Amino acid sequence: MSVTLNTATGRQGSKVVGLGHYRPERVVSNDELAKTIDTNDEWIRTRVGIAERHFAAPDETVEQMGAKAGEQAIADAGLRPSDIDTVMVATCTLPAQIRQASTKVASLLGIVSPGSFDINAACAGFCYGLANANSLIRSGEAGTVLLVGAEKLTDWVDPTDRANAIIFADGAGAAVITGSDTAEVGPVVWGSEIEHTETIGTTVPERKIYQEGQTVFRWATTKIPQLALDAVAKSGVQLSDIDVLVPHQANLRIVDAIARRLRAEGAREDLRVADDIVTTGNTSSASVPIALDRMRKAGTARSGDLVLAVGFGAGLTYAGQVFRCP
Amino acid sequence: MSDNTEILPGLAEIVEEVAGVPAADVTGDKSFTDDLDIDSLSMVEIAVQAEDKFGVKIPDDELANLKTVQDAVDYIQRNK
Repeated sequence: MSVTLNTATGRQGSKVVGLGHYRPERVVSNDELAKTIDTNDEWIRTRVGIAERHFAAPDETVEQMGAKAGEQAIADAGLRPSDIDTVMVATCTLPAQIRQASTKVASLLGIVSPGSFDINAACAGFCYGLANANSLIRSGEAGTVLLVGAEKLTDWVDPTDRANAIIFADGAGAAVITGSDTAEVGPVVWGSEIEHTETIGTTVPERKIYQEGQTVFRWATTKIPQLALDAVAKSGVQLSDIDVLVPHQANLRIVDAIARRLRAEGAREDLRVADDIVTTGNTSSASVPIALDRMRKAGTARSGDLVLAVGFGAGLTYAGQVFRCP
Repeated sequence: MSDNTEILPGLAEIVEEVAGVPAADVTGDKSFTDDLDIDSLSMVEIAVQAEDKFGVKIPDDELANLKTVQDAVDYIQRNK
């Protein structure tokens, strides 16, 4: 006699109910970098749009930064650590291969025995994580998820590499996602670029980041606007309904190119576009939640706004979705 | 010598839009980098728009060979 298995009972939808972020104390200006690298403030601002960024302290870890962002997100949601049953950390910069950030973050926050796992989708990590959180909640496998994007990119950058040392930085962002009777997180559109698997990576044996800048720039400025349009279409809203655009903060010129194309396709002129890279740098999987939380605190993203987020990076891989701002 | 009566004005228009260089300054003998102060990422944006406009493929490794405006005009002419 055959037996059947139970399935979990899910929810109609999920919603983001809290956000938090952490940027390390040390602010590094372009002028400071120019003391050791052949570069200058004007060059960096025009090429990538960055004025300053934050570097973690030498002994500061991915998990410590992630926990600080997570603590804020849980408090912002009006919840306690005990309300969280699943912890996910998107990161690609842990210092060791066999090391797991999410359980350490849970431990630092006093979240007792949650389901916990890391995601490595590089700079698209937060958007992949949000898609997973949404699916786990809708299927009933998870109730309330803490999703963290945390990176210490300075561990993986050659400080003398003038192409990359000016771009990458450290930090963490976090979101709490829980069940909802209505869908407040739209379906994800994601994919990857199998002919570009080697365009971003780390060198062997130096373990330092390299990227083929022109190829990645071309890909991001031509491919990602379509990803954004597809995510909006899949959510069943109009492009003109979108209030806030949060692209991964890779390069201000990529952000501008995406925004320009979306406005040409019908996005509103008053669409608010994240430009957090100017003072945060590129923090990979942390960039989307840091940017959105900082916009919220600055009043440029408000509760109830429809947010369009798109992440893209090493893989190459990409993901985007629409969700409501908490 | 290729016929560039159509390509040059079209290319100049793109350069003006992407890099803010007046189209009238975009003449065959100008170097993109040295004379027009166009950086490598702007070159990518110009290439992408030129691909759409002229129906050619300009791969990144080819971009490095297009030093002057005339180089680009000739490349587009040859590959249209």
